[in-house]
Amino acid sequence: MAATQKWVGQPLKRTEDPRLLVGDGVFIADQLFPNLHHAAILRSPHAHARIRSIDASAALRLPGVVGIVTGQDAAKMTRPFAVGVRAPVKYYCMAVDKVRFVGEPVAVVVATNRYLAEDALDLIQVDYEPLSAVVDPERALAADAPLLHEEVGSNLACHRHIVYGDPDAAFADAEVVISERFVFPKYGSTPIETYGVVASFDRTSDVLTIHANFMGPFILHPITARALNLPENKLRLVVPPDIGGSFGIKTGIFPYMSLVGLAAMKTGVTVKWIEDRREHLLASSSGTDRIAYRELAARRDGTILAMRTRWYDNVGGYIRTPEPGCSFRPIGNWFGAYRFQHLEADANVVMTNKSLTGPNRGYACGHLYFEIERMVDLLAEKIGMDPAEVRRRNFIQPGEFPYRTPSGGLYDSGDYPAAFEKALELADYAGLRRSQEQARADGRLFGVGLAVAVDPSVSNMGYITVALDPEIRGRPGYLPKSGALEAATVKVDPLGRIIGVLGSAPQGQGHRTVVAQIIADELGIAPDDITIVDEMDTFTRVWGISSGTYSSRFGSVGTSAAALAARRLRDKLVRFASYLMEVPPESVVWSEGGAHHANNGQVLTLKDLAGRAHWDVESIPPGMEAGLEATAVFAFPEAKAPDLQDRVNSSNTYGFIAEVMAVEIDPDTAAIKILKYVTVHDAGEIINPAIVEGQIYGGALHGLGGALYEELAYDEQGQALAGSFMDYLVPTAHEAVKIDIAHVVSPSPFTTLGAKGLGESSSMTVPAVLANAVTDALKPLGVHIRELPITPSRLWHLMESARSKR
Amino acid sequence: MAEPRKVSFKINGAVREGTTEPRKLLVDFIRDDLGLTGTHIGCEHGICGACTILFNGEAARSCLMLAVQADGAEITTVEGLAAPDGTLHPLQQAFWEHHALQCGFCTPGMLMAACDLLRVNPSPTEEEIRTGLSAVLCRCTGYQGIVDAVKAAADRMRSSN
Ligand code: FES
Ligand code: FES
Repeated sequence: MAATQKWVGQPLKRTEDPRLLVGDGVFIADQLFPNLHHAAILRSPHAHARIRSIDASAALRLPGVVGIVTGQDAAKMTRPFAVGVRAPVKYYCMAVDKVRFVGEPVAVVVATNRYLAEDALDLIQVDYEPLSAVVDPERALAADAPLLHEEVGSNLACHRHIVYGDPDAAFADAEVVISERFVFPKYGSTPIETYGVVASFDRTSDVLTIHANFMGPFILHPITARALNLPENKLRLVVPPDIGGSFGIKTGIFPYMSLVGLAAMKTGVTVKWIEDRREHLLASSSGTDRIAYRELAARRDGTILAMRTRWYDNVGGYIRTPEPGCSFRPIGNWFGAYRFQHLEADANVVMTNKSLTGPNRGYACGHLYFEIERMVDLLAEKIGMDPAEVRRRNFIQPGEFPYRTPSGGLYDSGDYPAAFEKALELADYAGLRRSQEQARADGRLFGVGLAVAVDPSVSNMGYITVALDPEIRGRPGYLPKSGALEAATVKVDPLGRIIGVLGSAPQGQGHRTVVAQIIADELGIAPDDITIVDEMDTFTRVWGISSGTYSSRFGSVGTSAAALAARRLRDKLVRFASYLMEVPPESVVWSEGGAHHANNGQVLTLKDLAGRAHWDVESIPPGMEAGLEATAVFAFPEAKAPDLQDRVNSSNTYGFIAEVMAVEIDPDTAAIKILKYVTVHDAGEIINPAIVEGQIYGGALHGLGGALYEELAYDEQGQALAGSFMDYLVPTAHEAVKIDIAHVVSPSPFTTLGAKGLGESSSMTVPAVLANAVTDALKPLGVHIRELPITPSRLWHLMESARSKR
Repeated sequence: MAEPRKVSFKINGAVREGTTEPRKLLVDFIRDDLGLTGTHIGCEHGICGACTILFNGEAARSCLMLAVQADGAEITTVEGLAAPDGTLHPLQQAFWEHHALQCGFCTPGMLMAACDLLRVNPSPTEEEIRTGLSAVLCRCTGYQGIVDAVKAAADRMRSSN
C-alpha cells in the first residue's frame, strides 16, 4: 500500500513541456555528431519493374559524394528480414533485382551535405524493365495476376482459416442472416516528425551504433541485427530524448535503420538520413487496406448467434514484420463486446504493388469494429429494433469478468452496460432520436450513430504465431513465443533524490510525468524530487523483445513496472531503517518520505538513509545487498503462447469504449456536420486525467481523419496519388471536433495499479460510429456506408445514385 | 553551383551573419548554421506549418523561403518567445497549463502561428482560433488543448495590457 496516495489521479502539468515549449526539445534531426555525412535515397518511380542495371559512376564523381549503396551491396552484406509467415519472401532493406512499389529504395548516396546528396541522385542512371502491377488484394489472388515474388509462387503471404465453436450449426438455426462487404482504406497517422536515422560503425569494436526515432517493439532490434549480419550485442540502438509522434508508424523505420547502417558500414563515415514528407507518404508505413465479407446470424429478438468473416489484408509489396499483425492483433477480442460463441474467420494476407504496412493507431481494430458495429446496426434495421437495444441484449455482463472469449482473450474487467448507458445518457440519446424525428419531418438528413469497442492493450508477443498453422506449432522442437513485459529502475542518489529509469521510448505520452506521480506516491515524496529518464539505449537499459511504446501498453505494463520497482525500493529502505533503528522491520512504517518507528517516534528520512547507504557502506546489514536501487521487470502471467485451437490472449488488458455521434448531412453538398460526439471510456484506474483526455482527443481525430479524409490512394497501375500533404488531407483545427468525454472505472486485476492502456482509444471506434451515424442520417435515401473514407464526393455519388433509383 | 552569398539578419534580438549557398532554405540555415533547432521541419512543402517563424513580425513558413531572402529582415523563432529571464510567454504558459502539446514537434510552429493570430485579433472566438491555427498541423492533440490554450492566453494578454 502506498502510504498516502496524492499524486496518482491528479491532472499534473507535464514535466516534459517546458523544454519543448522553448524550443529545447532534442529530436533526432537536432542531434549533433562528429564526422557527420548525409544520405539521400533514390526511389523507384515504378510500381513493379525489374532492375536491369544501375550506373552510379557520374554520381560518385560529384565532389562531396563519399559513397553510394545499391541493391548489390544489400545482397552481399545483408540478409532478408525475418517475418512470421511461411512464404519465403525476400525483403531486403532496398530493392535488389526488382522494385515492387513506388518509392522503394534503389540507391543511397552519402555526401558531405544533404543538398549535394540530392544533387547526386539525379546523376544515377537506373535501367528498369517495367512490369504490370496489381493493387487490389482480391485481384492479386487471381491466377493471371502479376506475380510479385517468383519464389513465393503467389501473392498470398499468409492464409488462415480459423473456427471457434460451431458457426455452421448457429447459422442453420438462425432466424435472421445478414451479409455485407466492407472496404477499409489505407491510411497512416503521419506523425509530423518524419523518420530519422544516424548510424556509425566503430571498426575497432565492430559496434554499429544506430540512433533512430524508433519506439518498439524491440523485437525489431534482433531482427535488424540479423539482417545486418551483426551479433545482437554489436548493434547499439539509441533513441533520442524526444520523438515527434509515431502512432505505430515509426515501427516501420527498422528497414531504414538497416539501410543507413549498411551505408555507414560501407562508407566508414557517420551517416544521417532524415526522411522527407514525400518519402514518408510513399514509403514509410500505413495501416492495411482491407476488403472484408461478413455474415451475421441472429435470432429475431436481437440475440447474435455467430459471425462468419473473410478478409483480404493488403500489406503492399513485401510482408514486413510485425505483419501479419493486421489480421491477428485483435484475435482475442474478435468477438468485440458481445457474448456470441461461434465464429469462422478466413484471413488472407496479400501482397500487392503498394507501400508496406504495419501498426497504425488502433492496429486492426479500426477495421474490426467498423465491420462488427456496422453489422449490429444492420441487424437492428432488419429486425426493426433500436440499435441501442440490440447492443444491450448482447453485451458480456459485469458478473462475467474475467471473461474468456472463445478465441482465447481474457477480458480482465469491465461493466459494458454501465459505460454504454452512461454514453447514451450523456448524449441524451432519447432527445437525439426526438430531434431526428423532427428533422426528418422537416426533410433534413439527421443521423445518430452508436459504436462500442473492447480496447485491447499490451500485445502478447505470441499472438503473431497464429499466422502459422497449428500443425507447425505442434511439431516437436517448435519454440513457442509469448509474453509482454516492461522494466523500470528506481534509484536513490547520495543525497536522497530519486532517479527513475525507463526504456520506454515514448512519443509524447508523458511517461516522465506519469512515472514521477507513481513513484511519488509509493515513496511519499513530491514529483519534483524525482527525475525520470525515458530514453532507450539497448546497451544500458533493461529490456525485452516486447519493450517499447506501442499497443497502448505503457498505461498497463510500464506503470506496473515503475510501481513495482518503487515498492521494492521502499521495502529495502524499510528493512535498512529497521536495522539502523535496531527494531524489527514490522515495527517500521514508510510514510511522508521516511521510515517511522511505529511507537517511539524515531524517524529516518530518505536523505538519512541515502547518506548512510552511499557514504557508509559498512552500515548495510549483513545479508542485504549494498546500493539503493531496485529494478522490476513486470510480465503479464496470462500472456501465453497460442494453443493448438488458435486460442490466444492476444492482449493483456482490455478497456471499453462506448460512443454516440449525431450528424447532419447537407442534402446538396453531402458535407457531414458532426453535431455531437460522446465517448465513454473504461481504462481502469486513471493516473493522469489530463494525459488520458489528450490521448482520447488525439485518437479520435486519427479515426476521424481515416473515416473522412485520409487515403493513401493508388491508381490501377500502382502509381501513388498522395505524395504530399496537398493530396493527403490531414484534419486541421478547423475539422477537429469537440468531444464530451466521461469515464467508468473497472480496475484491472492484472496490473499493479489497476490501470489499463488507452493510447489507441477512439481511433478504433470513430470509423464505426461515424459510418453508423451517416447511414442513419441517410436512411430516407437508403444509403449504406460500406466503404471509407466517406469523402464528400463519394457520399454525394452515393446519394445521387440512391435518388436516381427512387 | 552558384557562389555563396553573405546574409545578415536580426534573429531573436541579435544580429547574426553567415555565408550560404543561394539555394539554401531559410529553415535549414536557422537550424543548421545558426543552431536554433527549435524550428522544425515536417513537410518542406508549406502545409504542415512546423517551420513557422515570425518574419518582420508576421507568420511565415521558413521552408518556403531561401536564407538569402532574409537578408536585412527581423526574425523571431520559438527560442525568442520567452522573456530574457526565462519567464514563459503567456502562450507558452497556457500551452503548458492546457496540455496543448504531446510530442511537442508541432508546438514551435503552433506557438508562432498563435502569436500572429493574437497580434491580428487579440480576442478571437473559438471558431476564429480554429481557422487561424488551421495553417499548422498537429497529429497528437486533436487540437482541443491548443484551442483552449490560445483562448486562455488571449484573455491573459488582454487583461495585462
Ligand atoms: S515544414 Fe514548412 S510547412 Fe511543413
Ligand atoms: S503535439 Fe505532436 S504533433 Fe502536435
